[in-house]
Amino acid sequence: MPHRDLERIKTFNRRTALLAGGKLVLLSALVGRLYYLQVVQSDRYAMLADENRISIRLLPPPRGRIFDRLGELLAANRLNYRVVLIAEQTPSVEATLETLGKLIPIGERDVRRVLRDIHRRRAFVPITVRDNLSWTEVSRVEVNAPDLPGIVIDVGQRREYPLGATAAHVTGYVAAVSESELTGDPLLELPGFQIGKSGIEKAYDLALRGKAGNSQVEVNAFGRVIRELSRNGGQPGDDLVLTLDAGLQRYVADRLAGKSAAAVALDIHTGDVLALTSSPSHDPNGFTEGLSRAAWQRLVGNPRKPLLSKAIAGQYPPGSTFKMIVVLAALESGALTPQHRVTCTGEIEFGDRKFHCWKRGGHGTLAMLEAIEQSCDVYFYDISLRVGVDRIAAMARRFGLGEPTGIDLAGELAGLVPDRDWKLATYDARWQRGETLVTGIGQGYMLATPLQLAVMTARLANGGKAVTPRLVRVTEGSDEPEIADLGISAASLKIVTEGMRRVVNSPRGTAYKARIDDAAMAMAGKTGTSQVRRIGKSERLSGVRRNEDRPWDERDHALFVAFAPVRAPQYAVAVVVEHGGSGSRVAAPIARDILRETQRRDPARAGGAGRVATAPPRPGDA
Amino acid sequence: MARFPGLSNFEKSVGAKLRQVTWGLVLLLCLCAGIGYAMLYSAANGSPEPWAWRHVVRFAAGLVLMLGIAVIDIRLWLRIAYPVYAVALGLLTFVEFFGVSGFGAQRWLDLWLFQLQPSEVMKIALVLALARCFHGLTHQEVHRPVMLVLPLVLVLAPATLVLRQPDLGTAILLLMSGGALFFVAGVRLWAFGAALAAGLAAIPLGWPFLHDYQRERILTFLNPERDPLGAGYHILQSKIALGSGGMFGKGFLAGTQSHLSFLPERQTDFIFTMLAEEFGLVGGLTLLGLYVLIMIYGIAISLRSTSHFGRLLGIGVTATFFVYVFINMAMVTGLIPVVGVPLPMVSYGGTALMTLMIGLGLLIGVYIHRDVAIPRRPGAVV
Repeated sequence: MPHRDLERIKTFNRRTALLAGGKLVLLSALVGRLYYLQVVQSDRYAMLADENRISIRLLPPPRGRIFDRLGELLAANRLNYRVVLIAEQTPSVEATLETLGKLIPIGERDVRRVLRDIHRRRAFVPITVRDNLSWTEVSRVEVNAPDLPGIVIDVGQRREYPLGATAAHVTGYVAAVSESELTGDPLLELPGFQIGKSGIEKAYDLALRGKAGNSQVEVNAFGRVIRELSRNGGQPGDDLVLTLDAGLQRYVADRLAGKSAAAVALDIHTGDVLALTSSPSHDPNGFTEGLSRAAWQRLVGNPRKPLLSKAIAGQYPPGSTFKMIVVLAALESGALTPQHRVTCTGEIEFGDRKFHCWKRGGHGTLAMLEAIEQSCDVYFYDISLRVGVDRIAAMARRFGLGEPTGIDLAGELAGLVPDRDWKLATYDARWQRGETLVTGIGQGYMLATPLQLAVMTARLANGGKAVTPRLVRVTEGSDEPEIADLGISAASLKIVTEGMRRVVNSPRGTAYKARIDDAAMAMAGKTGTSQVRRIGKSERLSGVRRNEDRPWDERDHALFVAFAPVRAPQYAVAVVVEHGGSGSRVAAPIARDILRETQRRDPARAGGAGRVATAPPRPGDA
Repeated sequence: MARFPGLSNFEKSVGAKLRQVTWGLVLLLCLCAGIGYAMLYSAANGSPEPWAWRHVVRFAAGLVLMLGIAVIDIRLWLRIAYPVYAVALGLLTFVEFFGVSGFGAQRWLDLWLFQLQPSEVMKIALVLALARCFHGLTHQEVHRPVMLVLPLVLVLAPATLVLRQPDLGTAILLLMSGGALFFVAGVRLWAFGAALAAGLAAIPLGWPFLHDYQRERILTFLNPERDPLGAGYHILQSKIALGSGGMFGKGFLAGTQSHLSFLPERQTDFIFTMLAEEFGLVGGLTLLGLYVLIMIYGIAISLRSTSHFGRLLGIGVTATFFVYVFINMAMVTGLIPVVGVPLPMVSYGGTALMTLMIGLGLLIGVYIHRDVAIPRRPGAVV
C-alpha cells in the first residue's frame, strides 16, 4: 500500500476518533440536559404538569331554606330542569333544534342565541337551550332521546318562594351577582350563581350560602373534562326559621291588597315580627327566573314602589300616633299632671299664625285622657309648648324613633326626630317655637317608619321595656335575651295605655267604630292622619278640599297603631296607608282585623283554631 | 466491473453476503423500532391505530430494503454515486418549481403512487457523492484548497435549495453530515475555522432571507417565555412533560402531558418527550444507549473497511444518524430551536425512516464488503 494512502488512513482514524469524541461530548450535553430537566427540576415541572391538567371546579352549595315560625317554607330550592345541547354529539345542530322545537316550545330568540353560542364555544361545552322545564316537557324530551342526539337534560337548583309576592319584602330575593358585589370569592364568579339581594336573603346571605365544595377534574389541553379526581361536597347553607307567621302574613297581605300601604305585627314581649307587609309587592320568583327588561321597568316605574319595603324604608309623619310620646314627655318630666286641662276652640293662635285642631268646632275643655281619646290637636299644641321640643325628642328616641330599630333586614331607614340641635346642625337656623307645636302632633319634620311605630307601641304596651324587633327565631336552647327597662313610671304608662284604650273603646274615641267587641280580644290604639301638604290660608277659608278630591299623592296618610288584648297585652300592630285618608276610617279597621286575626292564630289560645287562617272580613264594616 | 480489474475476484453469493450481515446492528434497530411501536401505541391512547401498526409495516419493508441494499456490491455504489447525486439535485431543483405545497414547505414530489421527498434522497446522495469525491483524493490533494471546490459545491448546492424550500432541519443535517465527511477526509482544521467564520458572517446577511416562521422559531428559542401560548408553547409543554416524567416516568399509557394533548406532535417530532414522560430518565437514556450502540457499530464498521470509499460512506451514514438523533433530542429538550427533525426508527413517518434504512443498508454493505479494496482511480493498481 502506498505511503500516501497510509497517511490518509492514519488521518482518517485520528479524525474519526476526534469526531466520535465530539459526538460523545454532544451526547453528554444531552444526558446532562435530561438529568437537569428530569431530576433537578423534576418537582417544578411535575407541578406545572399538574397545573396543566388539574382544574378545580367549584360545586355550589345548596342554599339554606327559610321557614316561618310554624315550619312553612318561605324559600326553598327547586330542581330546575334544563335542556342543554352538546354540539359535538349531534350531526346537525339545526336539525336537532328543529326536532326539539316540535316537542317543547323554543323561542326563536333562543334558537338564535344557541346557534350563536355554538360557534363561540368549544364543541363539547353544553349550551343551555331552555331552562325551567315542566315535568311534562322533561319526559317528552326523555322519551324522544334517540331522535335528539346531543340533547341532554341537566338538573340545577333554583330558588323558589312558595308565597310569591306575599312575603317578598321579608324573604327578599336572590339574583345573579353583579360586578360590584364580587369579593374575590370564586364561588361568586360561578356562572348562574345567585346571592341575596334584599330582605332576609341579603341580611343572612353568608349563613344561607354555605360553603362551596370542589371537584378536582382532569382536563386536556382543550379544557375538556376527562375524569374527576376527587370531590369535596362542601357545606350546605344553614336553614333559617323566622319569627314570621306565614298565615298571618298572607292575611295581612290580602288585607292591604290594592292599597299602597304597610303593616307590621309584633309580639310586644319578645319583639318577634309576626307579619311585615308592604303593598303593593312583587314576585321574588321573577328575579331568580330572570326578569325581562320590560317587567323590570314596570317594577321600577310604578309610583307605588312595589320594590320598596315601606314597613322599614317608608318614612311618614306619624301624626297623632305620636301623641303618646308627647304625653309621656310631659308626665315624666314632671311638667304636667294628667289633670292638666286645656280648652279647645278649634284653633290656637301662636305668633302671627293660627294652628288648627282637626275638629273645626273644637273639643271644649279636656283633660289628658280625653285629649288622647279624641286626639285633640289644640291640647297637644299647648302641652308641647310647655314641655319643649328637646324633651319630646328625648322621649321619642327612648321609644325607638329617630334611629333604625336594628331589625335583621337590609335597607331599614332611621326616620327623623327633630330637636334644637338637629335644626341648628342641619339648617344652621334656630328652632322656632311654632315648630314645637307641629312636632307635638307628629307633623313637621317628624318622620317614622311603620316598623318604628310598631316598636313604639310595643314598648308602650309591654310596660316600658326596650324590646327590639327580630325576624329570626332564637335557636332552641339559648336564652331569651334580657330586655332593658326604659325607666318610665308605671303611672305614666297607665295614662297613655288607658287613653289608647278609650280611643277604640269609648264612644267618643276616634276609632270607636273599629273596636273589637270580644272583650278577651279588645284592642287599644291611636289614630293618625298625617298631612302630606300644607293647607294654605285661602284654602282653609274657602273650605278645605275633601281628601278624595285631591290628587292621590296629595292625600293624607292614614295611620293606626294598636295593641291587644287590652287586659294582658301581647301584640302590637302599626298600619300606614299611604295617601289613604283618615286614620280612623281607613287604617284603624285594617289594624283591628290584623289584631283580631293575630289573636285568633295565637297558639296559646284554647281550641287551636288560631292555626287556621280565616277569610278576611271585607273592609267597610267599621 | 471491468474498470476495477483487480477486484473482480471478490465475488460472493447473496446467501454468503447475508450471513455477513451485522445481525447485532439489525437487532438494535428492531429494538428501537419496538420502542417506536410502544410509543406510537401509547400516543394513540392505547391503540395500534392509526400509527403503531403502520410504523411496524414500514419498518419491516425498510428492513427488506436495507438488506437488499446491503448485499449490492459496494463498487456499484461508487460507480453510481455521482449519477445518483445528479438525479437527487435534479429532483430538488424540480420541486423548486413544480413541487406540491404541503405543510408550508415544497418538499414533496407527487409520483403517482407515492410522494417522493427529494431532500430525503439527497441526504443519502450527498454522503455517496462526498465519499466518492474524497475517495479519489490523496492525502496531499485534500490539503489543497482548490481540490475542495467540488465537495463544497456538492454540499452547498443542495443545502441552499432545501433552505429555500424552506427546510431548515434538512439544511442543517446536510451541512453537518457533509462537514463530518470533510473532517474525517482530512481537510485542514483552518478550513473549518474559515467556514465557521464565513457562516457566522453570513448570519446577518442571511437573516432577511429567512421566513418569518424561521425567525420566530429562533427568537422563541432564545426566549421561550416571550410567547408561551404561541410558538413557545410546544417547547414549554415538552419541557414540562420531560421534567414531570422524573427519574422513572409516569408509566406506560399514563403520560398526562401527551395523553391530554398538551404535547404537540407527540407521534412525530416530540415522541422522545413522550417516551421520557412515561418512562422517565431511565427510559430516555435506554433509547439513547441503543442509539450510541448503533453509532459504535457504524464507527467500527467504518474503521474496519479496507476501501476509503467504504470508510467514508460508513462515517457519513453514522454522522447522518447522529445528527438526526442529536437535533431531535436537543430540540425537544429545548437546547436548540424547533427545526422539525424526526427521531430515527421511533417517530412516525415513512420518508425519514426509509432514508435511514437505506443509509444503514449502505453501512451494512460496507461491512459485508469490508475486504474489497478499491483503487483511488479507476484502473489504478492497489
